[in-house]
Amino acid sequence: MASRLLLGTRKGTFIVERVGGTWRPRLSGHGGAGSNYVAKDPYTGRLWALLGHGHWGAKLSHSDDDGATWVDATAQIAYPAGARYIAQDMYEDATSDFGVGWRISTKAATLAKLWVIAFGPGGSVYVGTIPGGLFISRDGGGSFALNRALWDHESRGGDLSAGDANAETKWFGTPASEGGDFAPGIHSIAVDPRDPNRVLLAVSTAGVIETTDGGASWRSRNKGMVLDHTPEPEAEWGHDTHAIDLCAGAPDHVWQQNHNGVYYSADGAATWRKVSAPTSGVHFGFPVAADGHDGRTAWLLPGHSDQKRMAIDGGLFVARTEDGGDNWTPLRAGLPQEHAYDVVYRHALAQQDGVVAFGSTTGNLYVSEDRGDHWTAVAHNLPPIYSVRFG
Amino acid sequence: MIRVHLTRHLFSFFPQLDGRVLEVQAETAAGVVEALEALAPGIRFYLCDELGRLRTHVNLFIGTRMLKDRRALTDPVAPGDAVHILQALSGG
Repeated sequence: MASRLLLGTRKGTFIVERVGGTWRPRLSGHGGAGSNYVAKDPYTGRLWALLGHGHWGAKLSHSDDDGATWVDATAQIAYPAGARYIAQDMYEDATSDFGVGWRISTKAATLAKLWVIAFGPGGSVYVGTIPGGLFISRDGGGSFALNRALWDHESRGGDLSAGDANAETKWFGTPASEGGDFAPGIHSIAVDPRDPNRVLLAVSTAGVIETTDGGASWRSRNKGMVLDHTPEPEAEWGHDTHAIDLCAGAPDHVWQQNHNGVYYSADGAATWRKVSAPTSGVHFGFPVAADGHDGRTAWLLPGHSDQKRMAIDGGLFVARTEDGGDNWTPLRAGLPQEHAYDVVYRHALAQQDGVVAFGSTTGNLYVSEDRGDHWTAVAHNLPPIYSVRFG
Repeated sequence: MIRVHLTRHLFSFFPQLDGRVLEVQAETAAGVVEALEALAPGIRFYLCDELGRLRTHVNLFIGTRMLKDRRALTDPVAPGDAVHILQALSGG
């Protein structure tokens, strides 16, 4: 049975271990610092933490002794000179009827957030950042390089290193960076277990993107997704994917929690089908976890809505499907059913071999050892939880 | 020599600097940061971003005067100056 969780929280990195049948959390490192995402490289055993220090910027930290000690990575993620992107900023404009204007400018990129890390065989490490850069290492994290094929993609206005943009970007922003800058962010990275040259990404706000040649080229994978709130609902770009997860044992089965509902793909993200069930509360939320073996099984943490990002009617529940989203089962046993306002962030739900765990911004951590049928509260007073991963 | 005073917060990341009298030779604030980087590799990226700008929420004082050129840190420093580097406190 899976027996260890790695947590990123607003106040540090925690390890939660199952000892004598009880899950016990402890602070592992980075006390006081924001730890956005913590994960274990299964190929090397190294633990990685993606930190946001506020004053001092975003930093990569790792541990080679299973979390006993942490050190800053020698190779930090930094945007190279000449890396520019098209930024969109609102500004005060007294001459406008609305008092504000919308300024498009070409901006030099600096690291605003380390958001997600993923691993492949042969020393591949992938880091997704705000403002939208994918950094790849092929030497286990000894060095990282910005993936230029994605950074210079036509959907972002092409190669801007030589001058200002004369094209437009189809990527929009997220306010999720440390300083609140509105810029795109890569938050999901899924390496195909059958073929490490195939990688799916998800971007707030652009949608799902795929490479099949190890990052040399990229294309959108947004067919079937619908933008509820724009004049071009079936646009190729601009989709607000909150998270994706693929089934490790059947990687053509991919799940997506989107701002506009829940989507499922049975053809490797080539096409998506909306499988929301609003009458059951399954529509809005942030995380999704796909089963490791059965591609038709997945878990969600439904929230009320875009406007009310909180548990529905004060009752916290997990939704599970076992038939590709045709039916959803609400799982409430052991979870609070009144006065709950928990929100679960996009990285804060995980599953492994029937053990399911999630943590909320209210500092509650819950674990189920029977696929979600029954839940146990592991902790109620942790810092706001950003990520929950097995490792 | 320039005497450098760091906020204690930085010693949790760079314990090798804790308890030391930090005296460096430099002609500009940028030179002070470079000298600190030689003593504690990695500290430059804590104080400045990729473009070499002082981070938004970091302050650097030369004597009692706040750094003027946050973009390139060209403010001069002279022997006997004290340089203070600390997080910008903005209430709360």
